[in-house]
Amino acid sequence: MQSEPLPLEYKAILEWVKRGASVLDLGCGNGELLAFLVREKSVQAQGIEIDEQAICQCVARGLSVFHEDIDHGLSDYSDQSFDYVILNQSFQQVKNADIVLAEALRVGREVIVGFPNFAHYLARFQIFFKGKTPVTPSLPYAWHDTPNLHFLSISDFIEYCHKRNIVIKKSFFLKENRTIKLYPNLLSEIGIFLISSEERTEF
Amino acid sequence: MPVLNLLAKKTNRITQPSNKGVGTPGQLIDSEGSNSVGIGKTNYFHFASPPNELTLETGERLGPITVAYEIYGRLNDQRSNAILILHALSGDAHAAGFHKGDEKPGWWDDMIGPGKAFDTNKFFIICSNVLGGCKGTTGPSSINPSTGEKYGLDFPIISISDMVNVQKHLVDHLKIDQLLSVAGGSMGGMQALEWLTAYPERLKSAIVIATAAKHSPQQIAFHEVGRRAIMADPHWKDGYYYGGQLPAKGLAVARMIGHITYMSEISMAEKFGKHLRNEKLHQFSVGSEVEHYLYNRGNHFVKRFDANSYLYITRAIDFFDASRGRELYEVFKGIKAKVLVLAFKSDWLYPASQSKEIVKACKLTGVDTTYCEIDSTYGHDAFLLEVEEETHLVKYFLQKVSFENGVAGEEYGVMEYAI
Repeated sequence: MQSEPLPLEYKAILEWVKRGASVLDLGCGNGELLAFLVREKSVQAQGIEIDEQAICQCVARGLSVFHEDIDHGLSDYSDQSFDYVILNQSFQQVKNADIVLAEALRVGREVIVGFPNFAHYLARFQIFFKGKTPVTPSLPYAWHDTPNLHFLSISDFIEYCHKRNIVIKKSFFLKENRTIKLYPNLLSEIGIFLISSEERTEF
Repeated sequence: MPVLNLLAKKTNRITQPSNKGVGTPGQLIDSEGSNSVGIGKTNYFHFASPPNELTLETGERLGPITVAYEIYGRLNDQRSNAILILHALSGDAHAAGFHKGDEKPGWWDDMIGPGKAFDTNKFFIICSNVLGGCKGTTGPSSINPSTGEKYGLDFPIISISDMVNVQKHLVDHLKIDQLLSVAGGSMGGMQALEWLTAYPERLKSAIVIATAAKHSPQQIAFHEVGRRAIMADPHWKDGYYYGGQLPAKGLAVARMIGHITYMSEISMAEKFGKHLRNEKLHQFSVGSEVEHYLYNRGNHFVKRFDANSYLYITRAIDFFDASRGRELYEVFKGIKAKVLVLAFKSDWLYPASQSKEIVKACKLTGVDTTYCEIDSTYGHDAFLLEVEEETHLVKYFLQKVSFENGVAGEEYGVMEYAI
C-alpha cells in the first residue's frame, strides 16, 4: 500500500458522487477510479472494459466488470439504471461519441465525462509554431499510435451540450494536479463535467 | 497491490492434452506435483431408497440413488466455505489429486489444490458424478433393483435439473446450508445456471464457464450424430448390451465427433498440422496425425465410458433450457448470488455470444456479474487448458465473495491516497 496525493480528477469525481450510489464506469480501464469510489463512497460499481488484461486487473481489485465494447451500446440497460455513468478518459476514444453519450445519458441519471482538452495552450503552440500534432501530458500519444479518436476542446464540449440540450451541472478543470478557474479552454489540460439530460437548476 | 503474473506471456507450462489421456478433453498432467491435494478416494452417498424415491422432472420416480463424490480441503466451523465443482459431459467426481496407483490426477487438478484457483487451503471443495453417469453415481449401467439387471434403457429420462437436484441432496447430506460457490464449464456451466435459478438461496456465487443457457440447433446436431453413431452400432442392441459386446465403435465415433467440436481450427493445425505419419488406419486414411488422435481418443473413451450414459447425458444437455421457455431474465429475477461468466474467443461450440445472452439477463435483473471473454486458441477445450487466466479471474472472484461473506478472505489492495 502506498500513499500518494489523490489525483485531482478523482477528487472532483469523488466530491460529486453521492455515497452508496450506483455507478457504471464505461471504459473503466484497470478499475482504479471505480475501486476508489467503492472504498470512499461505498458505491455499487459496475465497469465495462474492452481490454482483457485491464479486466483481470479490475477483478483483482474486487470489481464487477463486463468485457464489452462500449461502442456497441448499452441497449441491455433500461433508462436510468444507474445514478451515475462515468466516461472518464474514454469519451474521446469511442467511435460513436454521439451515440455513446446519448446512451450514457439515458442509462444514467447523471453522467460524468472527463477528457483531455485539445485547446490547451501547449497543444496550440505545438500546432501553431511547430505545425505538428501536439504531444502533451494529457495527450501523450504520437499521432500514429493513439487510442484517441476525437480531439475536442472544453469549448467544443460546452457548445455540444448546449446544442443537444444537455445540462452541465458542474464542471472542473485542471492542469498537472492544479485546479484551473480562469480561461479553462486555454489553461486546463483536462476537463471534467457532470451532465444530465434533464432540466435542473444548478446550485 | 496484487501482482498480475498472468500478464506475462503465456507459458508452456500448460501441457498439451495427452494422446494417452483417459480423462475429459485435454486432461492435464500436474507438472508441479507439489501443490496437489494428494492421494484421495471417492466417497459414496446413498439416498432415495423406496418408498422415498426421487421424483424426476418427468414425474418418474427413481431410487435408490448412489452419488459418487470427492471432497478436498476442510469445511470450516461455520460450514460456509464449500464450493461445488460441476463436471462436463464425460467428467466424474475425481476432479483433483490422485487415486492410489494412478499416474494422472483428476480432471481439473490444475484448478483445484493448495494455492490454486479453488484453493483447498481456504475452501472445501466437493465434486460429484452426475446422475445418469457411469463413474459411481446411479445411471443406466447401474443395477435396477426391480430386475436385478443393469437398467439399460429402463433407466428413466433425466435432465440437468435432476442432476442438480441430486447434488442438492448431497449438499444437504453434508449439512451445508449455503454453498460459497458452484463452478463448472460446458455441461458444468449449465448445472451452475440450474443451481442459480432452481436454488438461488442456496449459493453465494456461481462461476459459469463456456456454456449456454440453451443448446442451439448446431449443438444439438453434433450430439445427435454421436447418438446415431452409438445406436447404429449392432452391439448397442437397443441399449441392452451389458454382459455382451459393447457398442464400442459407435461410442468411439461419437467421441471423435465430440473432440472435433472441442478444438479450434488453430489448435488442430498447431497440434497435427506439421507432419504425416507413415502408418494408415484404413485404406482411405491419409495417415494424418489428426486421424490417429481422434481414433485413439475414441478408443480410449470406450474403455471408461458407458454408451448409454452418453445417450442419456447428451439428451439432458440438449434438452436443457435455463429459462424454462420464458425469457432468461425472468428466471434470473431475485438472484442475489454474484456471478462470474467466462467464455473463450476460439470456442465455436459454445460461442461467446451464448455467454453474452447469460450476461444480458444478469444485466437486466441487476445481478452482480463479471464477464470476460478470454483470448484463447484452444477452442472449447480452453476451459480445461487456459489455466492461468482462469485461475486469476476465479481466484479474485472467490476472494471477493469470501471477503463479503466473512470466509477466510482478505480485503483488496486499493491504492492508498492521502485525501
